Amino acid sequence: MSKISRRKFLKSAAATGVAASSLSLPYAAYADDHAILVGGLHDLSGAIDFAGIPMNQVMALAVDEINANGGVLGKEVKQVVYDPQSNMSLYSQYATQMALKDKVAVVQGGITSASRETIRPIFHRFKTLYFYNTLYEGGVCDRNEISLGTTPAQTVEKLVPHVMDLFGKKVYTIAADYNYGQITAAWVKRYVEQNGGEVVETEFFPLDVTQFGATISKIQAAAPDMVMSVLVGTGHLGFYRQWAASGMKSKIPMASTTFGAAGSEPIIMTPEEANGIITCYGYYPTIDSPANKAWLEKVKAKYPDNTPILSELSECTWEGMMIWADAVNEAGSLEREKVLEVLESGKTYNMPSGQVSIDPLTHHAIRDVYIADLQNRVFEIKEKFSQVQPIDTQQVCNLKETPNANVHYEISLDG
Amino acid sequence: MDYTIIIALEMLRAIAWLVLLSSGLAIIFGMMRVINIAHGEFLMLGGYTVIMASKIGINIWFAMLVLAPLVVGVFGILVERLVIRWLYGRLLDSLLATWGLSLLMIGGVTMLFGNTVEGVSTPLGGFSVGIYQVSAYNLVMIFAAISILLSVWAVLRYTSVGLIARSVMQNPDMAQALGVNSTFVYMATFGVGSALTGLAGGLIAPVTGVVPSMGINLIGPAFITVITGGASVVTGTLSASGFLGSVDQLITFGFGPVYGGAALLIAALIILRILPQGITGRFFTKKL
Repeated sequence: MSKISRRKFLKSAAATGVAASSLSLPYAAYADDHAILVGGLHDLSGAIDFAGIPMNQVMALAVDEINANGGVLGKEVKQVVYDPQSNMSLYSQYATQMALKDKVAVVQGGITSASRETIRPIFHRFKTLYFYNTLYEGGVCDRNEISLGTTPAQTVEKLVPHVMDLFGKKVYTIAADYNYGQITAAWVKRYVEQNGGEVVETEFFPLDVTQFGATISKIQAAAPDMVMSVLVGTGHLGFYRQWAASGMKSKIPMASTTFGAAGSEPIIMTPEEANGIITCYGYYPTIDSPANKAWLEKVKAKYPDNTPILSELSECTWEGMMIWADAVNEAGSLEREKVLEVLESGKTYNMPSGQVSIDPLTHHAIRDVYIADLQNRVFEIKEKFSQVQPIDTQQVCNLKETPNANVHYEISLDG
Repeated sequence: MDYTIIIALEMLRAIAWLVLLSSGLAIIFGMMRVINIAHGEFLMLGGYTVIMASKIGINIWFAMLVLAPLVVGVFGILVERLVIRWLYGRLLDSLLATWGLSLLMIGGVTMLFGNTVEGVSTPLGGFSVGIYQVSAYNLVMIFAAISILLSVWAVLRYTSVGLIARSVMQNPDMAQALGVNSTFVYMATFGVGSALTGLAGGLIAPVTGVVPSMGINLIGPAFITVITGGASVVTGTLSASGFLGSVDQLITFGFGPVYGGAALLIAALIILRILPQGITGRFFTKKL
């Protein structure tokens, strides 16, 4: 066994240090003959894999499409995939690995707000461009992140007047008891009042509540014109079932900001339980446009047997890849600064969901939103709104003034 | 007046809910002293049995009342033979092993059936009390809870099978010396506890959505009920469910579900502070 003296060890350690620092040169500087790596970080197992697997499938499809069109900067794009298993410590581990070891050019992913807030600061610190493609409560202010999903101000603003016209002015809100639910319920209240209505009661439920008998009775006692559901997760699915079982479904109509957001609830729930729930999202598979139809064909062609359930989450992942590839090609460089400048130039993109552009002040999407009525597992689109602004995040975030911001604001509507 | 009836009904339903969730566990944990962390997944397995059976056209009542307990009972016996029997008297080890089992079951069911499976809607529809609509299925759950408690009590109290089971749990060596096959009794008791859990899982399947991770939401209340109840299977389950269910529902009606859930925990805490052995450690000590 050869002895390693302290001096020798220090020497070799120093040499390694030099090698490591040379590796951390900007991507384009050394990767000329390599494929360009892009990171996908979605929950592929665990409680929300029903959302993560389609997002990952769509991302792979987008990578194929980009390569078929000549790649990025003339190079092939390759997907690096890790499965964080809905586990936040794995999220932070893999995010660090993507940023430092794989040196990916961009990361698409994170689903829950918890996972996003785990990885967003990591990508911010290591200057790895990051796309978050899930609808969420709004308020992220970080120039390194592009948030493509809808925020409550975009959807609730349209949904509330639509359903109040249909059903009436007395609204009973039931919401999940964490920041998404609290913030969205506050927006519901604001828009109901702006439209001359009244929220008779807002009830919050911890995510592990599965029994809703008391609430169902209380709703009946309050006799609202409609119920607005901001419930989240598998425990809360029981509400829709128990609501239908009590026979209330035909008596008081319901709208939701969450039902079927990732596409799975309309499958778990039977049509008798879910028909007639009105929702508002940035994407539905039923959008009647050539762009969407062509996209659906592509998805079907790549995944003939395991066709993913498509939703705003997976469609926005497609957008994330396409917008990134377009921006890199236009910038002619992988350098984050140059790519960000193109992303901030206010380009409009034609996507399956409609017209999408990125608000330079918040890095959130300005997009078309749709209202749909769920009938027999199909979202029948009732109304379309073009180019809706994320005004909630715009209230708190201005990246022109504070380009180094690295926060998630809890948007408060009090006062 | 109608509202009072509704509150009373909901309280009964909440009590029945806790009885259903915890009676299988009362046998496995309360009687046999095996911490089964996979209890929630046993319930989930019962739920999946009902969903899969009704998917291939089997009558939902048959699936709930016969197939679910059968499948989970047999599964329980397998688990007892392969895992649990090595761990009697080793409380912490059984905790670790059944936790692993719970992860395995969640992963296994997800692999086999996926995370997104069509559920069954609640049968029977609703009926009205004055201006209020109530699910008729609530009555089924209340009735099922009463029948489960009554039959467990009757078996333990009046049959020789029950007597043997109780004696083995009390003193396995003495029972063995008197000619009882304790190993078999342990296995059978674990199987019965599992079957009851499967029955409960089947019965709650049409009320909640059935997904592989559903057990996580159910195991907390089940353990709290059994521990609050104490050693007696029937009296303990009934008294703890009655007390905790009423507290939960009254507070939920008055102040909302966040406070209802908190009140349930606080009530359990206070009881265990005053009665560390559970309700039946002090009261009804001679009861089953």
